[in-house]
Amino acid sequence: MDTSGDNDSNSGEDQTSLFNENISDDLLEFATVKDPTSLTFSISGEDHTLGNALRYVITLKIRLSIRSRSPEVEYCGYSIPHPSEDKLNIRIQTTENTTAIEAMRKGLEDLKTICDHIKETFIRSNRLFDIQQ
Amino acid sequence: MSKRNSKSQGNAERLEQLRTRVMIEREGVESISSSEFPYHSSNRHQDIDYIKEFIKKFSVKIIRKEQYDMEFDLIGVDAAIANALRRIMIAEVPTMAIEKVYIYNNTSIVQDEVLAHRLGLIPIKADPDRFYFKQANESPTDMNTIVFKIEHECTFSPKAREDETDPQKLYIGHNLLSESLTWIPKGDQEEQYASCPIRPVHHDILIAQMRPGQKIKIEAHCEKGIGKDHAKWSPVATASYRLMPEIILKKEITGDLADKFAACFTKGVVEVEDSYVEGQFIKCAKVVNPRIDMVSREVLRHKEFEDIVQLTRIRDHFIFNVESTGIMDSEKIFLDSVHILQAKCKRLLAALDHKLREQERDREQMDIY
Repeated sequence: MDTSGDNDSNSGEDQTSLFNENISDDLLEFATVKDPTSLTFSISGEDHTLGNALRYVITLKIRLSIRSRSPEVEYCGYSIPHPSEDKLNIRIQTTENTTAIEAMRKGLEDLKTICDHIKETFIRSNRLFDIQQ
Repeated sequence: MSKRNSKSQGNAERLEQLRTRVMIEREGVESISSSEFPYHSSNRHQDIDYIKEFIKKFSVKIIRKEQYDMEFDLIGVDAAIANALRRIMIAEVPTMAIEKVYIYNNTSIVQDEVLAHRLGLIPIKADPDRFYFKQANESPTDMNTIVFKIEHECTFSPKAREDETDPQKLYIGHNLLSESLTWIPKGDQEEQYASCPIRPVHHDILIAQMRPGQKIKIEAHCEKGIGKDHAKWSPVATASYRLMPEIILKKEITGDLADKFAACFTKGVVEVEDSYVEGQFIKCAKVVNPRIDMVSREVLRHKEFEDIVQLTRIRDHFIFNVESTGIMDSEKIFLDSVHILQAKCKRLLAALDHKLREQERDREQMDIY
């Protein structure tokens, strides 16, 4: 348990130390609908922090993707229905090329990749700064 | 023909500027919103993988670093991401703080609840990574709770003169300070934290003022928490960003005007240099350090500079300032915020898979019936 210092293992992967709650059944909710291209995801315990970041990442996909050369997402927006309710709604509408669930998954993975890169770049710059001092 | 070409060239430049810059005009700030969304006029609609593009463009520059105070630049990132990280640093990076106070005796004039609140706000130097969150149904253990105790009494100083009026000399222990918080190690905490004993970050925080005969005896329990629940758990004194200012000169400013121009900005932003033009030395204004400019817009008030200068901010250049309360190093607070944003994504991905499997199961059940 001696994990003092700046090694990544102690804070990165050990989610129990950074999060209060475990994955519960009502963390994420969405309806089962006939049309898979439009869905509203309801996430409990999240706010603008994740809402806006996720909206941004998913919205980027409205641009033409390389492979299909056609847009994947038609609309993505988020709202916090009421300030006293700890809840975040994300609406995704996609084209026929994909489904809303896929767009959501891709968005979350992209945000993960972005975080990874920010972390790596920061650590590298930080080390460089330490050497130069 | 050439005229049209130059015009479209100008338009393209203008669009590029609107895309990458926030314009600071005389009457207000223009072109505020990011145009990083589809079908926007300034979008180039390139066939690019935006994640690859981000990885190529993104860079971090550390400007100033002390243990508890840090300035760094995130370049090439959207406000949505930068703001998420800033919000997480303030509200979601966990620390340890006094949460429960058991008051055995308090005859001071500070009411019990006020005393408890003041104790809660004292930053506690303890590595939050080495503790767990205490769940509501859990009892305190050495893995989720730190115990402090205060036993304090104020008395007359026997050495004081009869007519003494200075409380400093007249009383002993009339100021109850944070140094009076004594850590009571539980379980194996003593061995675990032998190298870094748990203590309040500052020893001289005034908790209560007392008079002879007044006593305080309490036991305080620290728990792990986040700033969202209460500001006492926030690891930062400030965590903020601003956009990099940019001062564009469309024409050279010379002579006495140069001095006037330099005076419009924060000291050190514009310097007046002597430059050699057409056989003589003349004064010439040069923008040397736009970073420190406070963007007062003073320059836009003067007619003579109206068409010469353009003030902007670079839309994807964030100057972060992270000042810690002294519990964690600033760099660690930022890294933790990135970890937390990433952990949120992982958690949601797991929840998404879980939900899909559940729906699949329900569908199979429906098929059976």
